[in-house]
Amino acid sequence: VRMKSRIPLILLACGSFNPITNMHMRLFELARDHLHRTGQYQVIEGIMSPVNDDYRKKGLVSARHRIAMAKLALETSDWIRVDPWESEQESWTETVKVLRHHYNESLRLLQSKKEFMKNKQPIERSTKDSLSYEHSVLPELKLLCGADFLQTFKTPNLWKEEHIKEIVEKFGLVCISRAGSDPAQYISESDVLTKFQHNIFLVKEWIQNEISATQIRYALCRGLSVKYLVPDSVISYIAHHNIYTEESERKNEGDLLQPLKLHNTTVNPLND
Amino acid sequence: MEDPDKKTEVVLLACGSFNPITNMHLRLFELAKDYFHETGKYKVIKGIISPVGDAYKKKGLISANHRVTMAKLATKNSDWVEVDDWESSQSEWLETLKVLRYHHQKLLSPDPTNSLQNAIPLTKPGRKRKQEPNRHEPVKKKNQGPDIKSVPQVKLLCGSDMLESFGIPNLWKLEDITEIVENHGLVCISRAGNSVQKFIYESDILWRHKNNIHLVEEWITNDISSTKIRRALRRGQSIRYLVPDVVQAYIEKNNLYSPESEDMNAGVVLAPLQKHASDSKN
Repeated sequence: VRMKSRIPLILLACGSFNPITNMHMRLFELARDHLHRTGQYQVIEGIMSPVNDDYRKKGLVSARHRIAMAKLALETSDWIRVDPWESEQESWTETVKVLRHHYNESLRLLQSKKEFMKNKQPIERSTKDSLSYEHSVLPELKLLCGADFLQTFKTPNLWKEEHIKEIVEKFGLVCISRAGSDPAQYISESDVLTKFQHNIFLVKEWIQNEISATQIRYALCRGLSVKYLVPDSVISYIAHHNIYTEESERKNEGDLLQPLKLHNTTVNPLND
Repeated sequence: MEDPDKKTEVVLLACGSFNPITNMHLRLFELAKDYFHETGKYKVIKGIISPVGDAYKKKGLISANHRVTMAKLATKNSDWVEVDDWESSQSEWLETLKVLRYHHQKLLSPDPTNSLQNAIPLTKPGRKRKQEPNRHEPVKKKNQGPDIKSVPQVKLLCGSDMLESFGIPNLWKLEDITEIVENHGLVCISRAGNSVQKFIYESDILWRHKNNIHLVEEWITNDISSTKIRRALRRGQSIRYLVPDVVQAYIEKNNLYSPESEDMNAGVVLAPLQKHASDSKN
């Protein structure tokens, strides 16, 4: 009986990760479980991509720290890793470009594996090698996010229309929502999202665990405990480097978010 | 006049199934500790997790051995929260009040290995000591009222569900509830918008002792119930980042939760209900 081959899938999460929390990592676990249950996918990798400092979000600490903390947190994961490419770019990079980059990287990797396999003697190839080589199914890369992320598509000047389209058409979304929120509604309210809803996977999170990084920073500034919400190694790192303070929280205060600055049309004063 | 700088020492005791222990259970301790410290009047010196005995007969309750082991693994890197298996090693189910009394007594009559002995100041600073503290003798206290600061208080740490379970018929004895809130105290963690305050308001006993019921608001919605963990496990879903890694590994290695384990005690009457029903018959 031939095993039905699943499409290899890579999950990419973009965000501030300021700092990384147990909830961020849960998103990956939930998404993977859901996608496996569809029977169509095999999740081969999870990538966390912390945003560039140039994003200019209030309270955003240096990418160096955010990357280091994510690395510590993901030390014990055998499939999720943090990637610094986005944070290392000279300026803030649109999400679609980050998706394109990682997709191209995965193709490049697949190509070099094929080259490698061609040169290998048949006897050296493992069964696993053979399967992935022969079936050569192109991997898919999907953007992992929370329901609030879907909502931001509506924020004026935050996203370019053509980017939203490319994200849902070419890549796809895996959107985790908590009980009580209704992402299906946002989708129905948007023509482009509705058109590509087959490429938007909605995952319900029944075990509520809303650890907002903002509240974590708030707690840290006040000397309150965040143990069991954030990995111990990250807590130690934060303490050691004294990362979150009242001062760090004021960073970029008053600045406009970079994407809003770039998209440069007059902002409707009636909008918040 | 009491020394205003002197803080009351508090030990937090959490009773429950811990089937299994989760990050939420562990968070309760952290939240309670922060709360007490912020008041400036209390100092939390210890946290105790006391898993219930198998004789509780709750549906799906797996062996105390495993539950205690997982709790110990989970608190291995905590410098103030520990696990106590006295309750779980009893052959019969014990009322929560008895566990509170036991731990309170243990604090008053420490054995030589109990390091809390050194944490109990006998007199105010500056005064001559009437009696040299002897590590091997129990420290005798007469008629300790709640205003004497020198004895650590053992408070029951719980979520709003436990507090509201006071209302379930035959689950708790009225005199037990009274003694718990009067002599010991409750620390109840609940999320914003909860019905706990209303519940306290509607109970004469709780209202009378509301100064000894500390309500702590949990600002991070953290609904990691053990029931949901067990459900996820039965369905082959990941529980990573909801329980400590070591607990997840232990569960996986020992294949602890399954449809069969969930059926344990199915149809059996919960021990306290059984006990109070037969008590009332006598």
